[in-house]
Amino acid sequence: MYVAVKGGEQAIDNAHKLLAKQRRGDTSVAELCVEQIRQQLPLAVARVMTEGSLYDAELAALAIKQSAGDLVEAIFLLRAYRTTLTRFSASLPIDTSAMQLNRRLSATFKDVPGGQLLGPTFDYTHRLLDFTLLAEGEFPGPEAQADAGVQDCPRVLGLLAKEGLIKEEQDTGVPVADITREPLEYPASRAERLQALARGDEGFLLALGYSTQRGYGRNHPFAGEIRVGEVEVWIEPEELGFPISIGAIEVTECEMVNQFVGSATELPQFTRGYGLAFGHAERKAMGMALVDRSLRAGEYSEEIVSPAQQEEFVLAHCDNVEAAGFVSHLKLPHYVDFQSELELIRKLRTPSKESAQ
Amino acid sequence: MNAATQPRPQPRPQPQTPRDEAYNFAYLDEQTKRMIRRGLLKAVAIPGYQVPFGGREMPLPYGWGTGGMQLTAAILGAEDVLKVIDQGADDTTNAVSIRRFFARTAGVATTERTPEATIIQTRHRIPETPLHADQIMVYQVPIPEPLRFIEPSETETRTMHALNDYGVMHVKLYEDIATFGHIATAYAYPVTVDERYVMDPSPIPKFDNPKLDMSPALMLFGAGREKRLYAVPPFTRVTSLDFEDHPFDVQKWEHNCAICGSHESFLDELILDDQGTQSFVCSDTDYCAQRVSQGRAVQ
Repeated sequence: MYVAVKGGEQAIDNAHKLLAKQRRGDTSVAELCVEQIRQQLPLAVARVMTEGSLYDAELAALAIKQSAGDLVEAIFLLRAYRTTLTRFSASLPIDTSAMQLNRRLSATFKDVPGGQLLGPTFDYTHRLLDFTLLAEGEFPGPEAQADAGVQDCPRVLGLLAKEGLIKEEQDTGVPVADITREPLEYPASRAERLQALARGDEGFLLALGYSTQRGYGRNHPFAGEIRVGEVEVWIEPEELGFPISIGAIEVTECEMVNQFVGSATELPQFTRGYGLAFGHAERKAMGMALVDRSLRAGEYSEEIVSPAQQEEFVLAHCDNVEAAGFVSHLKLPHYVDFQSELELIRKLRTPSKESAQ
Repeated sequence: MNAATQPRPQPRPQPQTPRDEAYNFAYLDEQTKRMIRRGLLKAVAIPGYQVPFGGREMPLPYGWGTGGMQLTAAILGAEDVLKVIDQGADDTTNAVSIRRFFARTAGVATTERTPEATIIQTRHRIPETPLHADQIMVYQVPIPEPLRFIEPSETETRTMHALNDYGVMHVKLYEDIATFGHIATAYAYPVTVDERYVMDPSPIPKFDNPKLDMSPALMLFGAGREKRLYAVPPFTRVTSLDFEDHPFDVQKWEHNCAICGSHESFLDELILDDQGTQSFVCSDTDYCAQRVSQGRAVQ
């Protein structure tokens, strides 16, 4: 009569086989190859690389294939692989002002040195289903000149800084902790916060950023500049003594210009929030920049009243691999705890001797 | 890795699975294991104190035992015999999954017998069979902070621990008594370790709390998502919080185990049919099976 589940091993093996079958789908339809995912789902690949904290488009595409398109699962796969990798060196800070731009816009100035560059974007598309794609029709796109890059494009916020209108960011020179190697402790440094936000869930940061726009910790943002393009990554090996370039990565950078602060001793200045993501990931970079700024409330002596301003709340809950794991663990058996609760609730419902009299 | 303090009743179990050489022994790299062991030494030196550690991403989801697994990986030696239980049972799917993980990545022997194991990784139970001095219990912990549901901020709770400021916990227990007539906590029941730190014993039923007190085995607790570890060294006083007029007590059942007839063990309730007919069986499957093999089966 023992009904508790036996044969867990067999069940697990069978479940994995069923999953593989579901992922493959109808075998009369050609199998997706990793290169197709990499080439044709670049925005999904960008998100997985960003939140997986690993710039490797091929592995990110593999993770998307293996996870059957579940991006949080793909991020988890990439991170579990990343954690086994050896750290050879920390790169020098990337210089986004030297970026090979694919897209650049500023919502604060009509024209900026270097100009605005719309580039590939969903903005201004009419969201009408394109049935030619259903017919798998080719869509060639415009002719692009390989060397058509924009010239010298200084960062927009740098122009404001020249006039002293925006708070300068200072490099304190303090060594930057790696939050994937050392536990995050509160209060965190801004570098640690930005790391956590860069790995943070796009949807969560989007919602929190949105909440600041709706008045929960309002900080009057303007999209000072969004730029998407390739930057070179440099390292300086100790034994070499001079920096070498190890390749280029595509990143999306967003700098928000936010409400000004001032005091009796300081003239008012704009402040900024910063977002950076791998690949083309504007929504993520913008959400991150809004939340970065709202988390600087303490630094600017603003009243901390809203969720997006509370460091512990944001940083402890922005990681989707942690969140998905802890929510999904509710599927694990809790027989023992539930039995304890059953016993307790029955006891609490039994009228006590005093009240029965 | 442990000096045996008692003769073993049976020959040591042998590994059944060859180690997967594609991974380092027990999956984690040696530097990470060393970092965790240093954290564990600190935890043993300050019983009940939550030590932050650089928790790694494991190939299993957070919340599914990644903290316990990292601790097990850090202390596991080739000669160890590993037992993994979930809800007291060796054959629940997650226990099977974790046991297989270490059989594969460390090639260690595994067992379902409590006395044979040198390391027992557990979720939500302490075995009924008494532990001995050459055993280590590794607990999987979801929320290591006993004060978390009273004070959500980590900054605040760390200060409260530092100042030995546990008044709110007693107020919470008192409010339970005022509202319900009893302390309304049935599992993860808070304890004081060595008369200093208030500790979450992980979500074991309070039935198991007395087994922590002066146990000859080393107790290690790992919370992967929260990146905390803590310990109760052998022969340490562990007292469950209570009041003089509302002393701590454990769950009791009117029933016996339907398989082995035990009246001493923690029983899981089964619902057998649409009429809700109940039956009760031991949560600790090894304890139950041993009693049956000793001829105690219910006819």
